[in-house]
Amino acid sequence: MIDVFYASVVVLILTVSLCLYRVLVGPGVENRLIAVNTVGTKTIILLVLIGLILERPIFLDIAIVYAMINFIATLAIAKYLGRGCVC
Amino acid sequence: MRLLNTLALAFITIGLFFMVVGAIGLVRLPDFYTRAHASGKCDTLGEGMMLVGFILYEGPGLVAVKLLLLVIFIYITSPTAVHALVHFARARGVEPWKKGDARR
Repeated sequence: MIDVFYASVVVLILTVSLCLYRVLVGPGVENRLIAVNTVGTKTIILLVLIGLILERPIFLDIAIVYAMINFIATLAIAKYLGRGCVC
Repeated sequence: MRLLNTLALAFITIGLFFMVVGAIGLVRLPDFYTRAHASGKCDTLGEGMMLVGFILYEGPGLVAVKLLLLVIFIYITSPTAVHALVHFARARGVEPWKKGDARR
């Protein structure tokens, strides 16, 4: 089962590089934002996988906090760019 | 135990498939709204299925409870974030792609 986790890490890093292409190329700010949001979603899975491979459950707490920060960051940036202020 | 491991393996594989499809859609599709469609749905489903696979692998305990909290949180917040981004793009005046237009 550990081998499956290692293979999942490799595949996820490849998909993250696909998303980074869209971050570099994508026209306008909204394409870049949605690609960054996707990268953050994949990072949560990577953190959980690291915690399961190294058998350290503390990484799960980091993953939960990262999910909250990712959500709030995306929402705040979208609101700021849309209205000119976070309000 | 063997049945649970097989089930966990199936869930993790299907979740990986959906995440790869979402990333390919993010690169290949022609405009912002279709990309939001790929990102919002494939990522949420793939992530949920992978985390359910990890729950089945771990068995009952504190780790499973934390993973379940993560599944519920992501199931609510990920489509909300994508919806906010699409709302922002619509307010900014991004036109939807029609058949025959150039890729953007």
